[in-house]
Amino acid sequence: MSHIAKPAARHPGQPVNKLGFSERDYEGGMSTLCAGCGHDSITAALVKAFFELDIEPHRVAKLSGIGCSSKTPAYFLSASHGFNSVHGRMPSVVTGANAAERSMAYVGVSGDGDSLSIGIGQFAHAVRRNLNMLYIIENNGVYGLTKGQFSASADLGSKPKKGAPNQLSPIDPVNMAISMGASFVARSFSGDKDQLVPLIKAGIRHDGFALIDVISPCVTFNDHDGSTKSYQYTRDNIVETIHTDFVPPRQEITVDFASGEVTSVRLHDGSHMLLKKVDKAYNADDRAAAISYIQHHQAEGRVVTGLLYFDGAEPEFHQVSGTCQEPLRDLPHNELCPGSEALAKLMKGYR
Amino acid sequence: MSNGCSPMEPTDTSNPDYFHKVVDCQWACPAHTNVPEYIRLIAQGRYDDAYMLNRQSNVFPGILGRVCDRPCEPACRRTRVDGKAVAICRLKRVAADHRSDVSDRLPRAPEKKNGKRIACIGAGCASLTVANDLMPLGYEITIFERFKQPGGLMRTNIPAFRLPVPVLDEEIEAIVDMGVDLRLGHEITSMKALLDEGFDAVFVGSGAPRGKELNLPGRDQGERIHIGIDWLESVAFKHIDAIGKKVLIIGVGNTAMDCCRTALRLGADDVKVMARKPRGFFKASDWELEDAEEENVEIVINHSPAAFLHDNGTLVGMRFDVMEYDIDNGRITETRKVDTVDLPCDDVILAIGQENAFPWIERDLDIEFDQWDVPVVDRTTFQSTRPGVFFGGDAAFGPENIIWAVEHGHQAAISIHQYCQSEALTDRLPPTMNLSSTKMGLHEWSYANDYSSATRQQMRHVDLDRRFDELEIEVELGFSREDFKAEVQRCLNCDVQTVFDTKLCIECDACIDICPTDCLTITKNGPESDLRNRLSAPAHTPGQDLFVSDGLPQTGRVMVKDEDLCVHCGLCAERCPTAAWDMQQFTINLKHVDQYAADKGASA
Ligand SMILES: Cc1cc2nc3c(=O)[nH]c(=O)nc-3n(C[C@H](O)[C@H](O)[C@H](O)COP(=O)(O)OP(=O)(O)OC[C@H]3O[C@@H](n4cnc5c(N)ncnc54)[C@H](O)[C@@H]3O)c2cc1C
Ligand SMILES: Cc1ncc(C[n+]2csc(CCOP(=O)(O)OP(=O)(O)O)c2C)c(N)n1
Ligand code: SF4
Ligand code: SF4
Ligand code: SF4
Ligand SMILES: [Mg+2]
Repeated sequence: MSHIAKPAARHPGQPVNKLGFSERDYEGGMSTLCAGCGHDSITAALVKAFFELDIEPHRVAKLSGIGCSSKTPAYFLSASHGFNSVHGRMPSVVTGANAAERSMAYVGVSGDGDSLSIGIGQFAHAVRRNLNMLYIIENNGVYGLTKGQFSASADLGSKPKKGAPNQLSPIDPVNMAISMGASFVARSFSGDKDQLVPLIKAGIRHDGFALIDVISPCVTFNDHDGSTKSYQYTRDNIVETIHTDFVPPRQEITVDFASGEVTSVRLHDGSHMLLKKVDKAYNADDRAAAISYIQHHQAEGRVVTGLLYFDGAEPEFHQVSGTCQEPLRDLPHNELCPGSEALAKLMKGYR
Repeated sequence: MSNGCSPMEPTDTSNPDYFHKVVDCQWACPAHTNVPEYIRLIAQGRYDDAYMLNRQSNVFPGILGRVCDRPCEPACRRTRVDGKAVAICRLKRVAADHRSDVSDRLPRAPEKKNGKRIACIGAGCASLTVANDLMPLGYEITIFERFKQPGGLMRTNIPAFRLPVPVLDEEIEAIVDMGVDLRLGHEITSMKALLDEGFDAVFVGSGAPRGKELNLPGRDQGERIHIGIDWLESVAFKHIDAIGKKVLIIGVGNTAMDCCRTALRLGADDVKVMARKPRGFFKASDWELEDAEEENVEIVINHSPAAFLHDNGTLVGMRFDVMEYDIDNGRITETRKVDTVDLPCDDVILAIGQENAFPWIERDLDIEFDQWDVPVVDRTTFQSTRPGVFFGGDAAFGPENIIWAVEHGHQAAISIHQYCQSEALTDRLPPTMNLSSTKMGLHEWSYANDYSSATRQQMRHVDLDRRFDELEIEVELGFSREDFKAEVQRCLNCDVQTVFDTKLCIECDACIDICPTDCLTITKNGPESDLRNRLSAPAHTPGQDLFVSDGLPQTGRVMVKDEDLCVHCGLCAERCPTAAWDMQQFTINLKHVDQYAADKGASA
């Protein structure tokens, strides 16, 4: 942890966005994570994405559970809303917040321990509700904060710094999310912002649950030889399927679609994802095929990245529930709470 | 560094020039004064050490802390960061003003001389530097000066309200007191005669003593048209103590600034500086213009002198052509005269430049002069075409400034030593460098890496209603303790270098993400022009280098650092998990003549 604040000096050539903010205006406090932690890179990618999307920081809520990863919302968008919940319980807090105020951008930041060990039940239900949020798992295969015990995402045979290799099967959040009906599922790597930033932008703009599982090496407890979540291992075994570029609404799309390798997908707000097939055999709109492809590669120790599954038509939580547009706080009290007579009448209808 | 289309070569940081250039101020200083180090010494209250460190390079810290042309300040990185350079020059004055008695740390001449006698012509800063460097080695130095006092233009032309006489005297004495044979009131009128006296070498430090003339109609009438440098000299020697009420100064260089402000102190109340061209084309430094305008001097642009106007033999005014210019990209492309005006005045002072003049050097001595009648002088050795005769200061290549004259003096001293020891003059010792880590703990450094947002401290001046009472009242009051305590923190410690160890980098991006000024990028290598556009922020500041690493171990990409805006905060090194970045203090050792002598002693 640095003792000094990040200098206020800026590069005069730094661009500003439509709101007149520079990227620096989307930063948060100084990180207290270990130097070189992958999580800090993901923080930087989030800063870049929100800056490039011209989002007003106060229109964002960032939520997390417990863990090094879950500390990171303190390090970006200091002018936004935040909630640091109990370990593994971030999804239910987002569910509540989102139910009450659906117009904000929700970003949940969690860890592999937070989401796949203690919080797997909550995670699974947020997926199947297609809650409108960006859900980032900063996946390092260990409980970083509690000094590096294997988490539920640790691969079979992965070696710890000290002690015996992992003997339990890993839970793959990507496979799990695709099989449970998620509408936007991606995997990326903290060391590849070219891939990660557009995915984050698309995930924020996607209407529904967007999961990005980001391999994020723990430099202190899981970056050694024999680890399957290290910088070196990830770089050696990465297989990119579909590279996504994000094009904001009303910006001209200048791509040659002739080759058939690039397709354009319109998102709800008029922005587009340009999907470029890196592996021509991959289809991001076929759940079964995607799962089989990912599992197949996983068996060979490969890390499949890119936009792995997408379904823009799936209704999100509010659409399914038929809830009102207005944030609940804006409803007049008599509509929000029509009184015991109205309740009695409603109950009568169920008899 | 690289040609147009091939990828950049990895930067060779073993060449001392690379890191030296990063220390913008030191690189820009003709004498390469170690600015960041003396600023840190001031911050620690070590004024004597700060003074002595300055003296090593620039010989006259008290003088230069007031009147240096300060090429370091426009170069200062802080200018690019928040628009205003660190007050490098005025901090030098802080070191001089706050030092205690340093006499026992000043160089001394040995009792036993080395048998070599050197003649220096002129007791200006160039000759004095030669004496300063050679006396401690046992040379016997004789300085011939036509005036009754030493100091050259520093005494005769730089007014006392900018440079107090005691400050000048003290720093000259430090040199002369080593035992220099100073012959005052001794003008050299024949080089031939001097050469016949059998000195082992001769150094010409006679300056550029002739003010340029303006031959226009009416120039030959009356006594109220003065040559600026001669007039200032007469004022300095108290031969002139008054001037008319209305004064026109012709020219807008630094001499003009001293003339106009001096005129105000001798009784003028309406002083106009007449410039032929618009602002932006003036020779005077911005700060000299500011100081003159603060004293209500009017600067009149686009007026080209046409004639001196007299009435019955008395100067009554001057005629000017009013000019109009077309300017494209900072260059004048078209010039037009659009009007003529007459301005009344009592005196005119011509301040349009100086020339070298060597009427006392016979032209049959194998000292070659070029087509402009200036001596042919080697830019490295400062030797003329006659072996053993050296030139330096304004006498060498025309008017410059004190700090250049000092550097010429250092270089000429080396040449004189080599010449007297029968060594090749071109055999110069290359600079060496030293890098040492400043790491003290996990996130602790031996320098103050925290960034100060303070703005440049304003120099306080004597009140306008008091400062004209006497010519000698020094206008600048110097920095108060509060002022300089804030100012020293503005220095970005550019000598604490970011040193990169390629093989340690795991490409985690931490350094890139933390850097406040977007200096760092990991990317595919490419040609420089292409690379400069692909960085975290575009890198287009001329003269600011890119550092390019070897291929990185994991991906073969390269680490690129744009040196331009690095604030040396050390955060890249603090966030690096593998210490691939380290903050290392860089010291360059540029060899003065004492090291030539020491090397010789060691190898003998
Ligand atoms: C008005 C004015 C203001 C200036 N202000 C600044 C400033 O603020 N900062 C700055 O850095 N520079 C300034 N300069 C420039 C600076 O003064 C000179 O560049 C510097 O003094 C040159 O030093 P020098 O040793 O080469 O020569 P000089 O200082 O000119 O010294 C030469 C000496 O040689 C003597 N001499 C000449 N011929 C003979 C001879 N034949 N025999 C014996 N003696 C002889 C002269 O009398 C003189 O004393 C200014 C110049 C002028 C004219
Ligand atoms: C209810 C509860 N159980 C256990 C803990 C202890 N604990 C803190 S962080 C953590 C694991 C975090 O792992 P992960 O989510 O992967 O985050 P990382 O630190 O690796 O980024 C655990 C088990 C806790 N804080 N609360
Ligand atoms: S312990 Fe691991 S996960 Fe936690 S901050 Fe350090 S490197 Fe990151
Ligand atoms: S020291 Fe490092 S982090 Fe700080 S400005 Fe320079 S390159 Fe950037
Ligand atoms: S922080 Fe260190 S290891 Fe990480 S990219 Fe920078 S230099 Fe490389
Ligand atoms: Mg973890």
